[in-house]
Amino acid sequence: MWTAFKRIVRAGFIGFWRNAFVSAASIFVMTVALLVIGATLLMDALLGVTLASIQDKVDINVYFVTTAEQTDIDALQASLEALPDVEEVTFTSRERALEEFSEQHRNDETIMQGLEELGENPLGASLSIRAQETSQYEGIAAFLEEQQALEDPQQPLIDDVNFVKNREAIDKLTQIIDAVETSSLIAMVILVAAAVMITFNTIRLAIYTTREEISVMRLVGASNTFIRGPFVLQGVMYGLVSGILALLVLYPIVVWLGPATEAFFQFNIFTYFVSEFGRLFFVLVGVGVVLGMVSSALAIARYLRV
Amino acid sequence: MIYFDNVSKRYSGGRATALEEVSFQVEPKEFVSIVGHSGAGKTTLLKMLIAEDQPTDGRVFFESLDVHSIPRSRLPQYRRKIGTVFQDFKLLPHKTAYENIAFAMEANGRSDDEIAENVPQALGLVDLEDKIWNFPGELSGGEKQRVAIARAIVNQPDIIIADEPTGNLDPIATYEVVQILRKINDLGTTVIMTTHNKGVIDELGRRVITMDDGRVVRDDREGKYVL
Repeated sequence: MWTAFKRIVRAGFIGFWRNAFVSAASIFVMTVALLVIGATLLMDALLGVTLASIQDKVDINVYFVTTAEQTDIDALQASLEALPDVEEVTFTSRERALEEFSEQHRNDETIMQGLEELGENPLGASLSIRAQETSQYEGIAAFLEEQQALEDPQQPLIDDVNFVKNREAIDKLTQIIDAVETSSLIAMVILVAAAVMITFNTIRLAIYTTREEISVMRLVGASNTFIRGPFVLQGVMYGLVSGILALLVLYPIVVWLGPATEAFFQFNIFTYFVSEFGRLFFVLVGVGVVLGMVSSALAIARYLRV
Repeated sequence: MIYFDNVSKRYSGGRATALEEVSFQVEPKEFVSIVGHSGAGKTTLLKMLIAEDQPTDGRVFFESLDVHSIPRSRLPQYRRKIGTVFQDFKLLPHKTAYENIAFAMEANGRSDDEIAENVPQALGLVDLEDKIWNFPGELSGGEKQRVAIARAIVNQPDIIIADEPTGNLDPIATYEVVQILRKINDLGTTVIMTTHNKGVIDELGRRVITMDDGRVVRDDREGKYVL
């Protein structure tokens, strides 16, 4: 058993070297295929970060009347936080709202003057609500509307909810995000499927060139495992080398793209490449090895049927 | 030790008949030549014996074993009892002479020590000790066929089958190859050879089975080439 294993491994290595041209061609094609997969993964990360940062900017604001009691506001905040769709609720006090307002308009004489003449703080406190998904704002808005309807009309708590105004923009954004996610998924599936098929066919051709040898091996009484072993091992070696080559090719590309992506997306692709290197290595080399192994095993199966 | 029992083989819905009710038997240590024109069914007959081809009718026995009832997973073990030699040598082009022979032993699960000892011996038997590290592409036709014979005998099979072993060789190489096959037979291995070389048959003076159009038409104990 051990002798057979040792012999299969040795035959695999010898086959790899002596068929250097076929090996090089297979590795080249597999490297390109894995590069496509690697680039798709990086693009996906870039897209994910971009979408997340856009989603982060969407929220619903609830503005309270100036006379609102803090306990009522706290109660509403607590009930909002209890909703499963809500990611985060941020409270802004009246004083803080005024500070922010003055800060924003500090160069606007008229507004500053008007504010001074008013003498008191005209701004109410507010809650800013962020949902986990943009599509969930609809439900949160409905909840707030319900709350508003239950209020005593003489002593209202909520002055305004800005969802209604932002609704169109939020709906549109939700659609765009869905469309981008769907199309990037489709593109990824197509690219990966193409990569897998190209690799499979290349390895099939590589094995086709040795079909005569396989028939000779059968004639001298080699068992199927003994024939298949070295080819499967060669497939694994193709995958291993291709995976590492693909990572080596990606490295200068992300170094070069790093500053550009930093400026444009606020996301440095080089930093991502370095921090996620373990995962990328595992995915690319793993996909390469499995692909090489399975392709070899499938391609050789047809020559082992008597 | 080998029995062909009314073996017939028809291809593609009965239009072409490769073998027609062939029956004969081969005793241990015999040297049998099968002669006939191209398409007479000689090669088909040998393919039946190594279970590369299935008969349409009839059965083939190796000792008491029905060759075509061997499950596919046991075929490699069965084929190790038979050494095969072909007109086109069928050596592995990416392996040296040594490795070609060693491969047959490795496939048999023989130990490294046995391989190191037996491969040079087998190459010695066919007079090729000096070409042990050459690749098939660096050998002449006769030398390639001698390597193929060394590979066929290295596992000490019960029987050697040789399909037109001299078909691609010049007269001198042909003579050498036939002498080697005769030597192997003298050492106790059964040999079945197909040929259409009249000189080879007449010189051997052993049993000759003559085939024509898929049938056995003559079976002579000390035959001449008659067609």
